[in-house]
Amino acid sequence: MKTFSIGGIHPPENKLTADKPIVDLAPPAQVAIPVSQHIGKPAELVVERGTEVKVGTLLAKASGFISAPVHSSVSGKVKKIDTVVDAQGYRRQAVVIAVDGDEWEPGIDTTPDLVQSIPMDATSIVARIAEAGIVGAGGATFPTAVKYSVPEGKHVDTLLINGVECEPYLTADHRLMLENADELIVGTRVLMKAAGVARAWIGIENNKPDAIAHLQERLQTLSAAGEIPEGTLQVLPLEVKYPQGGEKQLIEAATGREVPSGKLPLDVGCVVSNVSTAIAVYHAVQKNRPFIDRIVTVTGKELVARGDGGNFRVRIGTPVSALVEAVGGMPEDTAKVVMGGPMTGKAITSFDVPITKGSGGLIFMRAADARRHAVGNCIRCSRCVGACPMGLEPYLLEKLVQAEMWEDAEREGIMDCIECGSCNFACPSNRPILDWIRLGKGRVGALRRSRAAARAGK
Amino acid sequence: MTQTILFSVLVLGAVAAIFATILYVIAKKFAVEEDPRVGEVTEMLPGINCGACGFPGCPGMAAALVDAADGGDISHLNCPPGGQETMTRIGEYFGLEVGSAKETVAVLRCGGSCEKAPAKASYDGPRSCAVAHGTFAGENGCAFGCLGHGDCEVVCPFDAITMNPDTGLPEVDQEKCTSCGACVDACPRNLFEIRPVGRRDRRVWINCRNTESPVAAKKNCSVACIGCGLCKKTCDGIVQAITIENNLAYIDHDKCIACGKCVPVCPTNAIAATFEPPKPKPKKTETEPAAT
Repeated sequence: MKTFSIGGIHPPENKLTADKPIVDLAPPAQVAIPVSQHIGKPAELVVERGTEVKVGTLLAKASGFISAPVHSSVSGKVKKIDTVVDAQGYRRQAVVIAVDGDEWEPGIDTTPDLVQSIPMDATSIVARIAEAGIVGAGGATFPTAVKYSVPEGKHVDTLLINGVECEPYLTADHRLMLENADELIVGTRVLMKAAGVARAWIGIENNKPDAIAHLQERLQTLSAAGEIPEGTLQVLPLEVKYPQGGEKQLIEAATGREVPSGKLPLDVGCVVSNVSTAIAVYHAVQKNRPFIDRIVTVTGKELVARGDGGNFRVRIGTPVSALVEAVGGMPEDTAKVVMGGPMTGKAITSFDVPITKGSGGLIFMRAADARRHAVGNCIRCSRCVGACPMGLEPYLLEKLVQAEMWEDAEREGIMDCIECGSCNFACPSNRPILDWIRLGKGRVGALRRSRAAARAGK
Repeated sequence: MTQTILFSVLVLGAVAAIFATILYVIAKKFAVEEDPRVGEVTEMLPGINCGACGFPGCPGMAAALVDAADGGDISHLNCPPGGQETMTRIGEYFGLEVGSAKETVAVLRCGGSCEKAPAKASYDGPRSCAVAHGTFAGENGCAFGCLGHGDCEVVCPFDAITMNPDTGLPEVDQEKCTSCGACVDACPRNLFEIRPVGRRDRRVWINCRNTESPVAAKKNCSVACIGCGLCKKTCDGIVQAITIENNLAYIDHDKCIACGKCVPVCPTNAIAATFEPPKPKPKKTETEPAAT
């Protein structure tokens, strides 16, 4: 069975909610929809206080090539344009909507019927994906349309659908593959058409045998019925290893190709999209429905032991407090609430934080699991080097950042770091290696920008 | 035996003479003309190479001073750590007028102590403000306030900054501070400002950098500036030193006369002063509500 070759770790999986079906969470009384839920320029507001909106109404339009529009996820009235705290506690501009009923924009197909045939051509599919505000729903929130706008001279031959879900605890994609396999398959075919590729793989780690079997069965049935050509779309079971869901790791695991430092998957002829993204693309292209909701796994050891927790379909902008209420309150032994996965997520400090396009999980960590252990000295054991999936030397990067040696850190490839946290996990001295590397990435990034600005000024 | 000694002395002596000649010729021919004044002025400077003057260390400043002196005017140059005393001495050396540089000191613009802005979360990452700033808004939730991990204390070359464990905020020792600006650069939230020490060490400043809406700012900190404008109203009648931008007041230290009248009018106590501010005029006693 395939997997990526460099580094990787095996954290406890804790997929506690894998058998809990997706539950629709009713729209809350009020939502706060941030205008920047993607990587790139924040969207530009097109509504103001008092505007009546329906589900799917455009709230803010894309303000550049790397940007994405934002749509209303509820119907009601814009109460105010305000700021709301994000997962890190910083205030960001958001549209606050008082919810009234659940009326949808007329153009949206809200029926559950599956639309198999794909009439649109590649260009209009990409345009539709851009209009629908679809971004990488795996957490990176990179605008999807940009990924599929293949520049001239580049050739793509493989589409990879990321059903790896290597983050511990999270089960949102797993449930989607079980419950929405047909939508996923159509979504994948839409993306294949957009990228102009003849083959696609759905990569799934073999800790989800039910999802692998289910998708294989659906694919067989569909190709037997002549809906899809034989062999173009395949399930690719993968050995369990974190961070296999990383774009570059998945490409290497599936195709054996290594994305060179500073390059994109396009440079090795691949495009990667998450399972949730593919399903959002299905809804956008086949049902004319913008990105207005996502699946969020609400989990935690004590929460699940209590009998609560699960996978919820949540409208974008719903405050975390509504989810906490839906699972019957925060468990008593909770020391940290993490938004996203336990490896790459962020600990939140307020329940006012809204669910955005990239938030895949809400984890209530027990005190015993949440606390960092006492930090010791680096003993040069090189476990972080062995764990790093990008082949970097994390201990060295940590030291270089602490010494503010930015040029040296850049030379050592700090910008290749994907912030997966494997080094922190592997360190026997519990050193906060990634915390420092992240600081260094920020500084080196600023340095590169100032260099580019200086060049442009000349 | 004697011959061997004599021979050695002669050979070595000759070699020494040849090399001495070469060295002498080269030293004469390629001699670098150095202005002796640069060395002398460097001697007068504090010699800590802090860079606060904007030149690379004290020799750099000395060279700049000599250059400027040849131009006949050194009044635009200043050595903040050396202060007026040093500059006067240098002025006398050149026989030129020096600028009347105000003595300055680093001032912290945050009043969010443990008591005024209580922690809502606890951070257990690396003890570094720079790392914490990139991780989250802060234990007290204020995205503008002091994070309290002491990057300024670490970076200060004069030991002038100490973290007060009771307030969680850094304190600047005016005696030791040379306003070199290291803390200004080190603070990821840009909370330090170099301000004049003021006449008789009297200075007044807005002890906050929060530009959020009043409600958001007050949510995290009881001494946040909410941009209400009461201080500006008070000052407008005196010297117009206060401006308000993005829900935040700022006191222009060039205009401020440190009368301290703005301090008591602030509803959130967001204005700090180094002296006891004047008591506000007692309000007219309200008439007792008529008993019904």
